[in-house]
Amino acid sequence: MSQASETLLDIENLTVTFPTRSGEFQAVRGISFTLGRERLGIVGESGSGKSMTGRAILRLIRPPGRITADRMALQGRDLLAMREKEMQGVRGQRISMVMQDPKFSLNPVMRIGDQIMEIYRFHTGAGRKQARAKAIEMLEAVAIRDPERVMRAYAHEVSGGMGQRIMIAMMLVTEPEILIADEPTSALDVSVQGSVLEIIDKLVKERGMGLIFISHDLNLVASFCDRVLIMYAGRIVETCAADKLHEAKHPYTRGLLGSLPRIDRPQKRLQVLERDAAWAEAESVSGRL
Amino acid sequence: MSRTSQDRQTWRQWLLTDTPTSRAHARAVAAYNGWLRLRANHMAMLGLYILLALLLVALLAPWLAPHDPLAQDLANRLQPLGTPGHPLGTDSLGRDILSRMIYGARITLYIVTLVALIAPIVGLLVGTVAGYAGGWTDAILMRVTDIFLAFPRLVLALAFVAALGTGIENAVLAISITAWPPYARIARAETLTFRNSDFIAAIRLQGARPLRIITRHIWPLCLSSLIIRVTLDMAGIILAAAGLGFLGLGAQPPSPEWGAMVAEGRKFILDHWWVSTMPGLAIFTVSLAFNLLGDGMRDVLDPREGKSG
Amino acid sequence: MSEIVLDRLNVWFGEGADRVDAVKGASFTVPSGASFGLVGESGSGKSTILRALVGLVPTWSGRMKVDGVALGRKRPRGFYRDVQMVFQDPYASLHPRHSVDAMLSETLKLHGFRDIDARIVKLLDDVGLGPQFRFRYPHQLSGGQRQRVAIARALAPEPSVLLLDEPTSALDVSVQAEVLNLLTDLRAARGLTYLMVSHNLAVVSHMCEEVAVMQNGEIVEVMSVEDMRAMAPSHPYTSRLLEASMGYRPAG
Repeated sequence: MSQASETLLDIENLTVTFPTRSGEFQAVRGISFTLGRERLGIVGESGSGKSMTGRAILRLIRPPGRITADRMALQGRDLLAMREKEMQGVRGQRISMVMQDPKFSLNPVMRIGDQIMEIYRFHTGAGRKQARAKAIEMLEAVAIRDPERVMRAYAHEVSGGMGQRIMIAMMLVTEPEILIADEPTSALDVSVQGSVLEIIDKLVKERGMGLIFISHDLNLVASFCDRVLIMYAGRIVETCAADKLHEAKHPYTRGLLGSLPRIDRPQKRLQVLERDAAWAEAESVSGRL
Repeated sequence: MSRTSQDRQTWRQWLLTDTPTSRAHARAVAAYNGWLRLRANHMAMLGLYILLALLLVALLAPWLAPHDPLAQDLANRLQPLGTPGHPLGTDSLGRDILSRMIYGARITLYIVTLVALIAPIVGLLVGTVAGYAGGWTDAILMRVTDIFLAFPRLVLALAFVAALGTGIENAVLAISITAWPPYARIARAETLTFRNSDFIAAIRLQGARPLRIITRHIWPLCLSSLIIRVTLDMAGIILAAAGLGFLGLGAQPPSPEWGAMVAEGRKFILDHWWVSTMPGLAIFTVSLAFNLLGDGMRDVLDPREGKSG
Repeated sequence: MSEIVLDRLNVWFGEGADRVDAVKGASFTVPSGASFGLVGESGSGKSTILRALVGLVPTWSGRMKVDGVALGRKRPRGFYRDVQMVFQDPYASLHPRHSVDAMLSETLKLHGFRDIDARIVKLLDDVGLGPQFRFRYPHQLSGGQRQRVAIARALAPEPSVLLLDEPTSALDVSVQAEVLNLLTDLRAARGLTYLMVSHNLAVVSHMCEEVAVMQNGEIVEVMSVEDMRAMAPSHPYTSRLLEASMGYRPAG
């Protein structure tokens, strides 16, 4: 793949800061990485800053939270320098985001079809007819068998797995270059997870998109992504190829892997992660290629 | 996070510690943190200051008021603002409006405090019992609530005052009787959201009886929304008291109740606007102060802090 | 002795046309001192079994026995000294306005204990929390600490049976390891009987000796953990679950 080397997103020294009563709190502390047309996983535990990173890219951090970076460029264009209006053109059109729980992301009082069409028309200015055709095409692409019926349905009438597929359809209808998926399957049952991941995988490959896959599930990221960034306390502590995740070197990554119970390997007690204060202090590892 | 130094701990550190050492200490820490949260909310503090000032005025009325609030001076009736000796003018009987407002603070605070104590407590009782018990209890209690809600407030209050006789205490009772149904509805709605939660299930699994669950576990959670609602209702309560006074059923003339003063001044509103506007402003200020404080109280009563990270 | 026996248990919600059968004819036996797992996806009825056992769901038929005593509509007070439950989400199972101290002392009082102060200190110590946590409120605790408090509360009446409803699914993996180790240690020290519900097969295989797999309210298979480790399920649904739990495998 010749496209793989192309850099879609280039981030250098990204920091997200929140003021608190006891001083400033940095949720993300100077991380750098690039995203090509690949599946990039970001793993970490709660509070590691992984979700904040995803939101910061779309500048979805609410004040008084602040985003600073030496560089945050989408195909050479500086995202931080954009006005809010321009940013709205980026969100949903060039970079889309799928969140954890579809129940909270879909508008409960609007038909699903109308929601998808509205997004498409907002970003492209297309007519109703064209938007409708596009929406049905997208619902078919996420393996929904009866798209006409689903178009007329409301959010509460669909199951969790279907809801998440609808979200993906909605986020991809504008054909963005980048998809940020924040724990897209953790609210779903394991048997449904597989099919949702398959759809994301297929669309990303077919459309040559860049995917940022944010998850706490090491096994999932190892098996699903191309490259992985491991975050701890707002920093990247290690990067590696996803299939080499089980050979990771950093004690934190090793500790996380060791603390997972495994069906194939009985243990009397699970390994407990001993946190080292030095991990939080060490410089962030660069995830740039 | 505050760091407590072991060697020399200041009071402030003792009050801000994350690791209280006794129940009393824990309570002091919680209270101090609540105070800090309230203090950080400038609007709430403004409300608090206004109410404290009002309380002082009510307490010190005999020393603050320049005139006797009941002393009539028909030669000086309906004097405008800024008249020497009567900075806020005089009313239709020549009584000093400022003095009447200062004394009126006593009656108004008395009514408001009593209603604000009775109505929400009745509502809380009915609402939480209905919400927690469900079934028939719920149906009966809520239909009763609906019946009270369906009556126009003033008409119902009138009926009660007519039955109980006139006077401030009876006005308070009448207003409370008409004011509790909305609180019951809120308390019931809140109870329904908690009733099936895991922490209620957990205490049931310790063998706790419904009465304990309602009073110890559900009441504390309903309190903040009720307090907000009470503060929003303050203006309405003052005006309802005034309405009764106006009809001769609440505070009796010549007592300087603010609502009654507004009602009295209405006859002259076009030519002598200040007569009802000045007590009206007082009502407005007090309601606003209650609203501001209530808003701040919500943050204080809710110990959960915004999640970070 | 704290054997749990379920015999053709049905549990339903609602009446008439709205009736939903959450559990259909579930039967299994958990020997005293054993650790038994219930796995399945959301809506499979696995948590409902626990809730019916402790009396939180009144609409059931069939037979349930704990300690040889058949359970009726109402649980006698002493029942909760014997059987306790740990809930899934430690953010939802602790009262937001009650401090750890208030929570534990109320529990101890309800069970008629006298030496409450000493017991609180001991309980906190047993679940690996220092005395500095005693007067904190839930919002001042991390998820793992909260779950430890919930476990302490469940241990307060000194039960012989713990029902564990996804006790670690809301926690980070490193914290999950700590909580699972704690549960392992407590079981060894107190000879507890565990009935554990989870959607995570790896967690169940680590904690339990025997596992019942549930689908749509029915138990489709009861298997030993050895069979599970050997990937030798007899029901196709179990093999689907096992496969899915191994991570992402693109089809074809």
